[in-house]
Amino acid sequence: MPLKEPTPIRDRRHDARLVTRRIFIAAALCVISVVVLMTQLVRLQVVDHHHYVTLSQENRVKVVPVPPTRGIIYDRNGIVLAENRPSHRLVVTPERVPDITSALTEIAKIIDLPDAKRERFEDLLRRKRHFEEIPLRTRLDEEEVARLAAHRHRFPGMEVRAQLVRHYPLHEHASHAVGYVGRISPNELRRIETSRYRGTSHIGKGGVELAYEDILHGDVGYERVETNALGRVIRTLERQPPRPGDDLVLTIDSRLQEVAERALGDRRGAAIAMDPRNGEILAMASTPNYDPNIFVDGMSRAQFQELERGAWQPLFNRAVRGRYPPASTIKPFIGLAALDRGIITADETIRCTGEYFLDGIERPYRCWRPGGHGNVDLAAAVAQSSNVYFYEIGFELGIDAMGEFLRPFGFGETTGIDLVGERAGVLPSRKWKRTNLGEGWFHGETVITAIGLGYFVTTPLQLVTATSVFATRGERVQPQLVRAVQDGSTGEERFLGNTSPHPRIELEDPEHWESTIKAMRDSVRHPRGTARIISHGLRYDLVGKTGTAQLTTLGEERDYEHDERPEHLRDHAIFIAFAPADAPEIAVAVVIEHGGSGGAAAAPVARAITDAWLRDDTSYLMTLEAGRIDTRRAEEIIETPIGVLP
Amino acid sequence: MSLGAAEYRGTELHRLSFLQDRLHLDGTLLTALLALSIFGMAVLYSAFGEDIAQVQKQAVRLSVAFVALFALAQLPPATLRRMAPWIFAGGMILLVVVMARGVIGQGAQRWIDLGVVRFQPAELMKIALPVMVAWLFADSELPPRWTRIVIALGVILIPTALIALQPDLGTALLVAASGIFVVYLSGLRWRWIVSGIGAAFAAAPLLWFFVMHSYQKTRVLTFLNPESDPLGAGYHIIQSKIAIGSGGLFGKGWLNGTQAHLEFIPERHTDFVLAVVAEEFGLVGVAQLMAVYLFVVGRGLYIAANAQDNFCRLLAGSLSLTFFVYALVNAGMVSGLLPVVGLPLPLISFGGSSLVTIMAAFGILMAIHTHRRTWSS
Repeated sequence: MPLKEPTPIRDRRHDARLVTRRIFIAAALCVISVVVLMTQLVRLQVVDHHHYVTLSQENRVKVVPVPPTRGIIYDRNGIVLAENRPSHRLVVTPERVPDITSALTEIAKIIDLPDAKRERFEDLLRRKRHFEEIPLRTRLDEEEVARLAAHRHRFPGMEVRAQLVRHYPLHEHASHAVGYVGRISPNELRRIETSRYRGTSHIGKGGVELAYEDILHGDVGYERVETNALGRVIRTLERQPPRPGDDLVLTIDSRLQEVAERALGDRRGAAIAMDPRNGEILAMASTPNYDPNIFVDGMSRAQFQELERGAWQPLFNRAVRGRYPPASTIKPFIGLAALDRGIITADETIRCTGEYFLDGIERPYRCWRPGGHGNVDLAAAVAQSSNVYFYEIGFELGIDAMGEFLRPFGFGETTGIDLVGERAGVLPSRKWKRTNLGEGWFHGETVITAIGLGYFVTTPLQLVTATSVFATRGERVQPQLVRAVQDGSTGEERFLGNTSPHPRIELEDPEHWESTIKAMRDSVRHPRGTARIISHGLRYDLVGKTGTAQLTTLGEERDYEHDERPEHLRDHAIFIAFAPADAPEIAVAVVIEHGGSGGAAAAPVARAITDAWLRDDTSYLMTLEAGRIDTRRAEEIIETPIGVLP
Repeated sequence: MSLGAAEYRGTELHRLSFLQDRLHLDGTLLTALLALSIFGMAVLYSAFGEDIAQVQKQAVRLSVAFVALFALAQLPPATLRRMAPWIFAGGMILLVVVMARGVIGQGAQRWIDLGVVRFQPAELMKIALPVMVAWLFADSELPPRWTRIVIALGVILIPTALIALQPDLGTALLVAASGIFVVYLSGLRWRWIVSGIGAAFAAAPLLWFFVMHSYQKTRVLTFLNPESDPLGAGYHIIQSKIAIGSGGLFGKGWLNGTQAHLEFIPERHTDFVLAVVAEEFGLVGVAQLMAVYLFVVGRGLYIAANAQDNFCRLLAGSLSLTFFVYALVNAGMVSGLLPVVGLPLPLISFGGSSLVTIMAAFGILMAIHTHRRTWSS
């Protein structure tokens, strides 16, 4: 090339050669680096291809939650009330099943698959995402597990999983106190911390299972696992074990619970026994009850509604949620109030004529006993349950003083028991009526309140708490169902103890306690006492008070005898008691819905419970169960309740 | 004294086409670049889950980039050479402005907002720096004297440090590379090169302890052992390797990459787009793509070797090699050979700023190839 350049041609050539050489070297390096890169790609895409295909299909290492073992629930003596049992269940991952309908039909030929289960599965199938496992059958028996294993190849996407499920070995026993677990509902899912519940399908729904959910649940653990293309775990890489939930020791004594439940029998009602010294609930029966195990497997919506709203509402815990008029059981409290306020003395008598008149009201307020009880002092008025006596002193007290005196016993407010959904009842007052009904207070309502009727409603738990105050002469404890928490890993026991948030009730004269307790003793021991039916063979000092809550206003003319009334119009039978009177160990409240009179129906249940607790004696229960306590005769002698409401 | 275009048209010495003669474009290079761009849009269509709107955005950016290429191809290299110090000085000022605003604004600051478009001064440096170093070496004999080399190293170090502090380690590395390539091509003695590499290794700990941000350290540590943090920093690399490995020899097919479509690949339209290519087109696809890149670099180096003066040789060589480093570092990082430094795959990745720079560099290459001075005998 005959080119003429500004600088000497030799130097230009030299420079060009130098740069060209460097360019060649650079080009060679480029090729080499691409070769290195391609080597890496060959390694990834050819040599390790299958490994990465596996990883890409199931994608990577999975983190699998390991749910914690739920805490066990014991009674106070270590009897298991709720535990976890291994169970096999069949789960379906919809996206892996080519044809769900035909697969269900086919699998029904191998295992028992009731229509209800199938419906429930189809319900879940609509709600869940298609790569999530949906349970089809729970509690497979060994034979079914074996059959499924043999036919496994025919059912892709269906797996048998072993897991621990909640089991309540005593079934209906103490069901309201223990509660139950069920599948986590969409509502609960919004409320709970979902990361804590990864891998957990059930959650406490009632009783202490619900109230102590946080303690029972524990903390979820994790496993990092390597899976193959089909999602089966090949090996575990790393494991962080879950922290099991803590165990609960209840205050319930299963034996006493059994007595309470059997004593109630097939009647509707509640019986609750408490240690007045520390608030420990020794027995808490609510009938009818239910088998919590049915919730574990899940049931159809219709089944659940039947349980929840059906005629007798077995899920309803009458002991803490049932609201009943205290009726005559309030009389010792009113009597005590009158003593304390100096309205009467224990020995003063009031003439019970069977009728009580208020100024300006024509119709009389009646005593349940036609003709009345004659001249009665406090003991006789309580023992024989004179209404007129209490109309009189109630009127003297007035509604404000009554409310002021009764509130510290826990009426009108929740007791604070460790359960969810406790009701507060109503302690009527001017303010309450104004707020809730928008009306002023009438004198007539004061006298009705004095015999525990009208707007006055309490739960059986409130009754037993108030009775305990009597037993301890002023100490109000907070009822509790859980006695101790045992650490799930170490077994270390932590007693909860009882902190009484309530101040002691101080009377002007502590002797007033004894006067009123004597009156309650008379109701059991005195020949004319309303609860004397239970005094036969009674070897310890049981004191109590009957109550009979009329549900209908019966006219002056009694149209028919109590027993002839339709069931739902019969009276609620109520009884409160504690024993021994001087050093109380147990307080009891019994309510039997539409059970008749408190003395005849409720008192024997209480005696069966106190006999069992104080003397370890169930003979009274046997007598009761055998129907050998002649309540009919007792009714005739003691009372035939009549309407009192004007 | 140069001849008019009409006078040398048809001479045997240069096979001139209309493209080369009038438009100052290199047909060979242009074809390869267009092929890469079109392939890139196809890959993006898949990576975006068949969202054509995103691909259209990329098409607009590519058009802008090709306009930049065309514009720079018209600029005679001699003019570029004369402007070299001014371009570099402008770039430095912009870098300092960005830096200052970053200091005030507390945090990473890379952009200058021009209203219509945002502009990264670091991108400008990718071209301004090799132009400047080539200018330094161009008017004397090669290899340059050591005084010039020291000046050149200073010219390289200052913008690199500014960019690294932004912090944008990937771009800083590329900018430094573009300058160092000029030094290398200028014929710096091997013993100096070897000692330079040795010094770099020695400086690495200093970099580690005093310069690098914690996220950058994490990236390096993750690169060394991705499995140490499978759900955190190592996730990118692990998922990327799964995508590549599961692609196999022939790939899962266009639009069929499960890793990409199930969104397991992070940054799958930008830095990790090569994983999508590898998953869907397999080893064969990646090999072909790499072959095209090699071809582009080869053509660039050919242009450099045939350039008419030192400035052009050094600049063309450096721009070509920088482009290659771009592709190589990205591929290395996606396939787990290099730490994740946050560089896009040139002409394939979604994004505008670097695209314009790359095309502008090719514009300069084409200008070097087509604006040839001829001398009458």
